[in-house]
Amino acid sequence: MLKSMDETACTCPTPEAGGQEIHSNPSMWMLALAAPLGIALWWLVYSHLADFSRLLTYQLMPLTPGSRLGAALEFFFYDTPKVMMLLVLVVFGVGVIRSYFSPERTRALLAGRSLLVGNVLAALLGIVTPFCSCSAVPLFIGFVTAGVPLGVTFSFLIAAPMVNEIALGLLYGLVGWQVAALYATTGLVLAVTAGWIIGRLKLERFIEDWVQQMTTVGQGSVEARMRLWDRLVYGKDAVVEIIGRVWKYILLGIAIGAGIHGFVPEGFMASVMGQGDWWAVPLAVILGVPMYSNAAGIIPVVEALLGKGAALGSTLAFMMSVIALSLPEMIILRKVLKPQLIGVFIVVVATGILFVGYLFNAVMG
Amino acid sequence: MEIKILGPGCARCEKTAKLVQEVVAETGVDARVEKVTDMMQIAACGVVATPAVLVDGDLKSTGKIPKKDEIAGWLT
Repeated sequence: MLKSMDETACTCPTPEAGGQEIHSNPSMWMLALAAPLGIALWWLVYSHLADFSRLLTYQLMPLTPGSRLGAALEFFFYDTPKVMMLLVLVVFGVGVIRSYFSPERTRALLAGRSLLVGNVLAALLGIVTPFCSCSAVPLFIGFVTAGVPLGVTFSFLIAAPMVNEIALGLLYGLVGWQVAALYATTGLVLAVTAGWIIGRLKLERFIEDWVQQMTTVGQGSVEARMRLWDRLVYGKDAVVEIIGRVWKYILLGIAIGAGIHGFVPEGFMASVMGQGDWWAVPLAVILGVPMYSNAAGIIPVVEALLGKGAALGSTLAFMMSVIALSLPEMIILRKVLKPQLIGVFIVVVATGILFVGYLFNAVMG
Repeated sequence: MEIKILGPGCARCEKTAKLVQEVVAETGVDARVEKVTDMMQIAACGVVATPAVLVDGDLKSTGKIPKKDEIAGWLT
């Protein structure tokens, strides 16, 4: 799934927010009534998806249960609405949370922090701050010139794309809360550790010179104060924008997952991505580098791989590598970072991912 | 009036530029619309999140695609 930067890089969570008081404020009663109703409806549909997909594949189409094509199609019909519904819920919820944060506010919170505290804070903020990979460079510069330490900035830059609400929501829905929690925790620990190491190595001299000469500190953002209704609209806009952008990749990912589910024999993955061979994890990491996928597309593939016996550690390593070690983002960061620093970044993050892979292969079995 | 749209060229920045141009055309305001894609210039404006819009040197919007009525408000 090799894609160009323009199309996929901006899995940007910040939607077209209405700034000032543009919307009239409907009564809180309407909201209070609509919300539980909406959730109940959502749940009703969601819990019947498996039956629905079986109905579609085996009753309405002349396919026999147990056939490979049948299995693949059933997976596809089940996963597609499931993923879409999950996404809508997750993106909306996180969108509302994110309306409370902004890169400028995060920068202010992180400026001048001591190393370890800063790393942890940065990684945590990376999850909730609206961040677009296309603004990685301006963000980097803005952070560094405002006095956010280099290592702390890196913790943010690693956590933000990786511990992404879409990834977590999908993992939770498709694979289970344990894997989702695992992924979130290891992603954060990786971000903190890698950022801390980079900070300790004192690599400031490997920032491109023109950045160091920059003295302008940001003018700050033009945030308007948002009321609850505005935040809900923000969430709704996030859903429209993000899903409008990623739905094709999701379908592609589900299609690939369906193919794997239907046509790849059980246990085949165990031989390729199983935990036995020592080279399984490094292979998974290397495979992930040239691939750039937004989190949404890769997770149905992950789900199918795991279902076919791929080891958890190798699969997690693959997923993290696809997201965190993305070639297009490195190329973009080359504008502000000298090759040595990029090299260190790759080595530190890759090592961390390898460690995660081995650890989970060993522990989960 | 001089309007600058800052962004490295991704879909959101293009959309912002398009919206601004539409609003300028619709309101008939005499404004020069410029797209800035160079990272150095963007950073020099102190912008942390793109797309961003500057009107006559004033930062009006960062990190999001502005709505049309918002843009119209800046032009008056």
